[in-house]
Amino acid sequence: MKKKIIKTSITLFFLFITLVFFIGLNKNSVYDTTNLVGEKLTHINLNHFSKNLKITEQDLKKNNFNLINFWSSWCGPCRDEHPFLLRLKDENNINLLGVNFKDKKNNALKFLREFGNPYDLIAEDKFGKNSVNLGIYGIPESILINKDLIIIKKFIGPITEEDFKYIVTAINK
Amino acid sequence: MISNFGNTILFISAFLSSFIIYISFKNLKEDKTVLKKNIYQLCLLQSTLIILSFFILISAFITSDFSLITVYQNSHTLKPLLYKISGAWGNHEGSLLLWLIILTVFSFLFLVYNNNHPKNYRLYTLITQNFLILGFLFFLIFNSNPFSLVSPIPKEGLGLNPILQDPALAIHPPLLYIGFVGSSIYFSAAISSMLSNYQGKLFAQSIKNWVLISWSFQTIGILAGSIWAYYELGWGGFWFWDPVENASLLPWFAMTALFHSLKVLEKRNLFYFWVIILCIITFILSVTGTFLVRSGILNSVHTFANDPSRGLYILLFLSLLIFGSIFILFKKFQLNDYRINPNSKETFILVNNWFMIFYLITVLLGTIYPIFTEVLTNHKVSVGPPFYNIVIIPIVVIFLFLMSIGPNVKWIKNKFENYNLLIKILLASVLINFSIVFLFKSYSLISNFIIISSIFLIISTTLDFYKCIKKKKFNFPRLTSHLAFGFMVFFIGINHNFSFEKDFNLRLGDKEKIENYTVEFKNLNLEEFKNYKAIIGKFIIENYDKKLNLTLSPEIRIYENPNTLTYEASIRSGLLKDYYITMSNIDRSEYYNVKFQKKPFMMWIWISVIFISIGGFIRLFENEKKNY
Amino acid sequence: MKIIIIIFYFFLSFNNLNAESTVIDSGKIFKNLRCLICQGQSVADSNSDFAQTIKLVVRDQIKEGKTEKEIYRFLVEKYGEWIVYKPPLNKGNSILWLLPYLIFLIGGIMIFILLKKRPNG
Repeated sequence: MKKKIIKTSITLFFLFITLVFFIGLNKNSVYDTTNLVGEKLTHINLNHFSKNLKITEQDLKKNNFNLINFWSSWCGPCRDEHPFLLRLKDENNINLLGVNFKDKKNNALKFLREFGNPYDLIAEDKFGKNSVNLGIYGIPESILINKDLIIIKKFIGPITEEDFKYIVTAINK
Repeated sequence: MISNFGNTILFISAFLSSFIIYISFKNLKEDKTVLKKNIYQLCLLQSTLIILSFFILISAFITSDFSLITVYQNSHTLKPLLYKISGAWGNHEGSLLLWLIILTVFSFLFLVYNNNHPKNYRLYTLITQNFLILGFLFFLIFNSNPFSLVSPIPKEGLGLNPILQDPALAIHPPLLYIGFVGSSIYFSAAISSMLSNYQGKLFAQSIKNWVLISWSFQTIGILAGSIWAYYELGWGGFWFWDPVENASLLPWFAMTALFHSLKVLEKRNLFYFWVIILCIITFILSVTGTFLVRSGILNSVHTFANDPSRGLYILLFLSLLIFGSIFILFKKFQLNDYRINPNSKETFILVNNWFMIFYLITVLLGTIYPIFTEVLTNHKVSVGPPFYNIVIIPIVVIFLFLMSIGPNVKWIKNKFENYNLLIKILLASVLINFSIVFLFKSYSLISNFIIISSIFLIISTTLDFYKCIKKKKFNFPRLTSHLAFGFMVFFIGINHNFSFEKDFNLRLGDKEKIENYTVEFKNLNLEEFKNYKAIIGKFIIENYDKKLNLTLSPEIRIYENPNTLTYEASIRSGLLKDYYITMSNIDRSEYYNVKFQKKPFMMWIWISVIFISIGGFIRLFENEKKNY
Repeated sequence: MKIIIIIFYFFLSFNNLNAESTVIDSGKIFKNLRCLICQGQSVADSNSDFAQTIKLVVRDQIKEGKTEKEIYRFLVEKYGEWIVYKPPLNKGNSILWLLPYLIFLIGGIMIFILLKKRPNG
């Protein structure tokens, strides 16, 4: 009897391991930070792009929804998502905060002149230090947050048609 | 054409394996005590065919026959010949063919070399081994066929990943495969031993050399990988506890435990089932490692292109292995009543196994833990160097002390006489350690312990050497490996504590002062080579006190096929220390990131590991001599 | 003679313990952080934009007087546990940290029982 228990438990143990391996196979092994959805952003303290001003949590709490978008003039995929940002500008319920990442001011301005300026507010992050505070690890990356600064969704890589639709439905619920 | 030929050979081999299984079963039932002659011939034919197909693949690589997908994806006409050839096993499909070579060649050799053992034992081993061969052949033919065609035929190949274009990496896989694929043969022998009730000393004798071969090659194979990582990855480290490295270390622990226990089985006829379990574990860990590496389930530096269907197949194979062996083991297992004196060599070998299993479990757990957290809690964690260092190192200290005492303990019953000597050795080790601290630099408490215990092992093994020579009773293999192991730990400890590295950003012409060195960024050249362009920096390193004046030239290589940048370190190796410099470009800036490192005794770490494995080879030759 | 050796020993060990530094080594922290956009590289080993940014921020935080632990905690909060190579010892990770020692203990007990079994004499 005792032997049987030991044998069954050893078999079950290995069965469990193989099962975990099997499920693990179908999981994506590339990491992203989407599991941070539901966390609250804190200690926001960004420099305004052109004025000698600070952008803080208070500025974001005013709006029902915010999209924080990290972009740069040297970033190719940023150009791909730009049209969607421009379309979001027409939505009322959302405030677009663009954070200019590790960029030269002139290039950034040229970029906005050329492709249009979708942002309600622009901050600058000259050395990229603020990106860490917002959990950004590569650009373009955008975070959709609500009034309480809770992360609703993270968009890693350029915003697509699908993401655009998602944002529009989310903010008009 | 070539692909048809290759494919046909693979199919014939699969047919041959089935035929060998069939004929062996038939032979089992016959009353004769000798094996049928044609079984030898079939096995010889089988391994010859697999080797032939491997040469066909190599020739396809040499002639850049891009009609084969594998060649197209991993080769390029402009690649140097050496890397065209090594490219044949530098990819998933080709390396599986290498697997098969070792499976079949070992199968044949084991059959030939064990003709003094009973027929049934040899036949069951052959049958089990051929099931393994068949499993891998199916995998090769239906999932990872190196002779698959691509149409239309591309004009040029995609090229081999540049960091794999390296001599150390050309020899690394074959060495490592002899190690862990070689373990298949004692897996088969273990299964066969249970099925044919061929146990005890004779069984131990039949597999001991095979365990030694695989262990020695595994050791050298791991070393080749480490050396490659040291100069090619450009970070100056030689062990990163990366999942792929761990996958090669796990069977090593199991093999080490195995050949220690095997000694007890051979001399005292004890631990039979434990030996069987270790044989099985070794090969299962090898396949598990292959699964982890090839399926892409883990995030690692050395990723093969991942493909879930591969993982699925290997997992299926793995679970068949596990449950098959568990089934047989449960059927045959008996609890034997062992009578061992606590103060005896048997006990100390048991203790060695105890530690080995601890290392094994720790490394295995650390490696697969992230898979479990992700599957069970959808939460990703990283388990890296700090985990292994914190958990393992304190235990290594105790292990080294026991490793110094253990080998001198006698079989059956021992008496400790030389307590005084041990205390003297300990005192000497402590003194040497503190002299190092006093003269050069202080280090953490745990490093003190590691260095004291490794010196303890070195001194006591050296004394044993001396005693051996005086008594003219040699046991060089064990002494060599143990002494080398002591030195390895010692040099790693010193290297860890006395290395320094500094990274800084420099423009052309800038100078940087680090401790008492100055590093000057003198020059930058662009040069064109056959299959890459290189930006070569020239750095002058000076040390005013010692009048050192070194020129090091790290490179940034730009490969077009495939399109990659690699960073080549420039290393000045010496007996006492290596100077190591790498540079990399910083995007959108005229600065270069320069990393300057001083690494003492690197060379001695490599040499120690070579000697660990030489110990294994000496034992092998001794065993062979005894047989004739 | 022995007394001299013992005195020497104590002198040195005192010297040794005294020298444990309190300065935070940024290089060590970089080695313990994973570069999220790389394949299995640490921040120390990578030269990517991400790694450079992290290096800047970590250096800043050291200057601000944060401890090593606080820096790890900050980064885990921002990027998840994936970023640190040393999983924090909490309830969730207790299996990882304790199981090896548990196995070690069980192994020891098994050997002990095996040796005890033998009859006296």
